[in-house]
Amino acid sequence: MNFLKRTIPLIIAFVMGVLMAMQYYVPHKLSQNLLEVVSRWDRIIAGFAVFIGAYSLFHLHWTRIKRKVEGWGYSVFVYFGAIITLIFGFLNGGKFFWHDKQEGTMFDWLYSYVQVPAGATIFSILAFFIASAAYRTFRARTNESTVLLLAAIIVMLGRVPIGNYISHYIPAVADWIMAVPNLAAKRGILLGVSLGAIATSLKIILGIERSYLGGGD
Amino acid sequence: MRKDSGFFILVGAMGLFVSINIFLMTSGKLPFSFDGFGIILGAGLTLAIYSFLYKDNAAFKIVENLYVGVSLGYTIIITWFNFLKPDLYDPLIIPMFSKAATKSPQYALIIPSLLGLFMLLRFSRRLSWLSRWTFAFVVGLGAGVSIPRVISAFILEQIKPSLHPVFSGGETIFSSINTLLIMLGVISVLIYFIFSVEHKGAIGKVSKIGIWFLMISFGASFGYTVMGRLSLLIGRIQFLLKDWLGILQ
Repeated sequence: MNFLKRTIPLIIAFVMGVLMAMQYYVPHKLSQNLLEVVSRWDRIIAGFAVFIGAYSLFHLHWTRIKRKVEGWGYSVFVYFGAIITLIFGFLNGGKFFWHDKQEGTMFDWLYSYVQVPAGATIFSILAFFIASAAYRTFRARTNESTVLLLAAIIVMLGRVPIGNYISHYIPAVADWIMAVPNLAAKRGILLGVSLGAIATSLKIILGIERSYLGGGD
Repeated sequence: MRKDSGFFILVGAMGLFVSINIFLMTSGKLPFSFDGFGIILGAGLTLAIYSFLYKDNAAFKIVENLYVGVSLGYTIIITWFNFLKPDLYDPLIIPMFSKAATKSPQYALIIPSLLGLFMLLRFSRRLSWLSRWTFAFVVGLGAGVSIPRVISAFILEQIKPSLHPVFSGGETIFSSINTLLIMLGVISVLIYFIFSVEHKGAIGKVSKIGIWFLMISFGASFGYTVMGRLSLLIGRIQFLLKDWLGILQ
């Protein structure tokens, strides 16, 4: 049983890892076809993964409703929003879900007038919180925090007309910050992250990193 | 007493919102159609979320939970139409069970279907171990695909412009200084992230320069994020004043 539970997953990870790493260096039609096929399989599996997320969210809110925890009534709206969207989505403008997606349906209406406005407003509200958090934390206590504060102020001013109104140099300095020191730091971080990603990938393929198997036997 | 005042403010705000919409509809500023009702709904949701800036309240919590539900439903439907239907239902299920199908079923798709179903067994106590096969497939595939591509796209392609010659003809003095600064920044940031060596002496000094570059980058990223959020805020205010109230033209 241990063979099925532990060894087979390690073999699958090793075979898939080696196969796909080699595939990149083989410029043959078969190699390209292999990439297309496994990418399609990956998309299908990702499609099933959505149901795990959906179950998890529904289960969480169902537990809140069942146990009548404080604010449980709001969880009803999660179900209401999801069910309404699913009904209109599967109805597909009267053509039903087994046909191709129709345009201009109630599902699209929900997307345009619920999902988009609510999403954009929730993200825009962060502007207030970021500003208040910055006011509390961005104090020029050290040289490093002063540099951070100055860079943020210059980039912000450089992106709005008032920056140009104060001085013609501010937009130019903001562009320079983005193109030179910011680029250099981002590149350094990216190189570090990439090397880390390669090391982790190798550890997964060789079976050293096994945390994705979860706990238990 | 405070709870009552919050309730009255909520009811008053809702009454005002309904009155404004009745006025907008009757005056013809908003069309009496699905689009018109959509704009009213969008405006209501926007105002309910912004009400949080005053204080946490029932309207905000309702919209917050509604948004989560709608987003979940949207994700499921889009997953069906964009992934499961074209990649699994159309090439496997329809040819298997429909007599009108012209193409033969792609039986190889049974493998990812089984792997997908195995993943759902995560919730079973006895069979949850089968989900490991799926995770091993996905993780192994991702690891294998990423190694050569990360080397090519992120390491080699990032090193190449970092080692650009300072003088190769035709540059200004400023562009040469910038090239040098970028090289200095990349090297110093990389040295800062080497934690297996104590940051003392020359290493300490170079890593200090790396910190300065990182601070400038974090500040720039912060400023950029704030401006992005502000442009979203401007977009929502425009929606309220232009699309809903019709004040802006």
